[in-house]
Amino acid sequence: MSKQVTDILIVGVGGQGTLLTSRILADVAVQMGYDVKVSEVHGMAQRGGSVVTQVRYGKKVYSPIIKKGDADILLAFEKLEAARWLDYLKPDGMVIINDERVDPLPVMSGKVKYPEDIVDKIQKLIPNTRLINATEIAGQCGNTRAANVVLVGVLAAVAGLPVKEMENAIRSLVPEKAIDINLKAFEEGMKIIAN
Amino acid sequence: MKRLMIGNEAIARGAYEAGATVATAYPGTPSTEIVSSFAKFDDVYAEWSPNEKVALEVGIGASIGGARTLVAMKHVGVNVAADPLYTFAYTGVNGGLVLVSADDPGMHSSQNEQDNRGYGKFAKIPVLEPSDSQEALEFCKKGFELSEEFDTPVMMRITTRLAHSQTMVETGEKQEYEIKGYKKNAPKYVMLPANARARHVEVEKRILKLKEYAESSELNRIEWGDTSIGVITSGVPYQYVKEALPEVSILKLGMVNPLPENMIKEFSHKVERLIVIEELEPVIEEQIKSWGVKVEGKELFSLLGEYSPELIEEVLKGISNEDRYGLVKEIPGRPPLLCPGCPHRGVFYTLRKMRLMVAGDIGCYTLGALSPLDGMDTTICMGASIGTAMGMEKARGEEFAEKMVAVIGDSTFVHSGITPLIDIVYNQGTSTVLILDNDTTAMTGHQEHPATGKTITSQPTRKLDLVELVKSIGIENVQVVDPLKLDELQNALKEELGKREPSVIIAKRPCALIASKPSGVRYYVDPELCTGCKLCIRIGCTGINFLDEEKIAVMNDNNCVGCGLCPQICKFDAIKVLEV
Repeated sequence: MSKQVTDILIVGVGGQGTLLTSRILADVAVQMGYDVKVSEVHGMAQRGGSVVTQVRYGKKVYSPIIKKGDADILLAFEKLEAARWLDYLKPDGMVIINDERVDPLPVMSGKVKYPEDIVDKIQKLIPNTRLINATEIAGQCGNTRAANVVLVGVLAAVAGLPVKEMENAIRSLVPEKAIDINLKAFEEGMKIIAN
Repeated sequence: MKRLMIGNEAIARGAYEAGATVATAYPGTPSTEIVSSFAKFDDVYAEWSPNEKVALEVGIGASIGGARTLVAMKHVGVNVAADPLYTFAYTGVNGGLVLVSADDPGMHSSQNEQDNRGYGKFAKIPVLEPSDSQEALEFCKKGFELSEEFDTPVMMRITTRLAHSQTMVETGEKQEYEIKGYKKNAPKYVMLPANARARHVEVEKRILKLKEYAESSELNRIEWGDTSIGVITSGVPYQYVKEALPEVSILKLGMVNPLPENMIKEFSHKVERLIVIEELEPVIEEQIKSWGVKVEGKELFSLLGEYSPELIEEVLKGISNEDRYGLVKEIPGRPPLLCPGCPHRGVFYTLRKMRLMVAGDIGCYTLGALSPLDGMDTTICMGASIGTAMGMEKARGEEFAEKMVAVIGDSTFVHSGITPLIDIVYNQGTSTVLILDNDTTAMTGHQEHPATGKTITSQPTRKLDLVELVKSIGIENVQVVDPLKLDELQNALKEELGKREPSVIIAKRPCALIASKPSGVRYYVDPELCTGCKLCIRIGCTGINFLDEEKIAVMNDNNCVGCGLCPQICKFDAIKVLEV
């Protein structure tokens, strides 16, 4: 049975902008006429903890959360978080990882080491893994904080999402003064896949 | 027009469309966005109340006054509001009242996962449970109608997953609602024993009428499928069932109290196996069992936490959803932590350094309980820190109280910290109470409260003066300190703990996320002076990291906001101001 719903899992560290990313994707799916559900995280976990936002769209969507092993795309804003949520990905799914390391408390305090080889491990398990230096690219566009939108560009290219609708969504959801930087960041993200 | 809305926003929209003009709440995840969304509509009144009891009481007044009224709180907030709720269930309403209880299965941001459908059953009021944002809007409107038709407050029970999931919503027009007339009616609204006895009769009559209504209400429906399994479910678990078991027959309950007994019995006769899928308590299952109907429920599904589509597949289809890769087991966890620049961090560092017993409370600062700060001995509920400290003192003596503090945030203190502080004065306790005043209700997303001097719509209002307040209670020892100045804080603590009298120390500094401007100061670690002692790492700040190879600390410039806490902690003066 082919899947009727597209499942995108967006993971990161509280404060990295998973919420904005999910809202951009959801907005586009709505423009495309799909039924859409998005599950967000508010409250305690937002304070620097591991966060996950889930976007589902298709003809008809029931559950707001993605079944383990069903996600088509895992979009990770941080390397460790990609590993943490990898079991939610379907076997032939795709992982897009920002080449960004944010040390969690046990690493910062020197109790354990950050697993440097984590991306290698993921790549061995999931052939379809893309490691993107989104923070650096965003910096070149004018602000490292637009890294999430670089990744959105990568995802849009991979998932074949319509460019005009994506740009509309970015215009309506990011703060006015950041629109140009974010549109540039989106374009650069798209280019990575095109090239 | 259809658009995406989180459940909380849809509830606010439903209340608005129903013509509600008053809404009250105390912020609490996952309920906060209900009344903050409602406050954005024109021609309505919304307030952050000091606590949930006050929120419901104001709501009751608005209802008796004739307005349709929305009151919202998190599940544990209903405990605070339970006193007025049970008696309001006797008096009934004038303008309709919907009370939203936002439960938190899985405890994403709560201290327990109690199931508030139980309140509906005990208070004998109807409980509606929507399963997506569209239903949240519609059930809210329906709730106002039922409230007036049956003369009862209506509870709408939601969970975190509904509150914070966006789903498509078709909005409607705002209904013109004329405020109902007010006429004195003491037998209905003055709950003296003689009146209350008569009202109790009405409550029992009402619940019978509601049972009848439940049988034919469009809120409850059957979706026929394969009859080898019949599932009874409600709320978001309905969506999980549709996802995991698209083939089965489903009785979807939109009203979970009272239950449609005949409808359920008939459904049970037509299916081979009857299963209730409900998160947390077996509220539906036990009632069905009490009618002598054979049903499965909690022998299959857990009493704990949130459900998911894969859980239902696992239990009923035997599909194993074990971790395919399992990398999660070999990587470090990522617990939430205090933000860089947070004024609470230095407080917990100091309390631990002084080896004090800490009676804690509910807010961002509860994160001070986590490693490496490890700064709390107890956390129970909103406002409990002060009473707990008093009890510890009365059990173990005044000497113990010299090594103990109660720690409570500004918003939590106003919520329910004032009465236990009166108890300490009245019953001659000697505790030291530390009020962490960050000028906001931070954890729930920065809401105003009486001591910020602003209303829910950011309008200026009379600001509650915490210093004058605690003085007027009878606290003679009051100090205000800056929690980023560790010496100042430690000296105040030493001084007040040494007194055999009650004291209040107010550690005053705005939340780092709302502070008007960053300090602008940058720091660096001098590698020559750093000995690798890791003392600065023990404050658990993402602004400073430890390099294992070099065995030295180093600033993380992406995260550091220049609050100046770590330079005060370093014993070797290795953390220095970067001159630019």
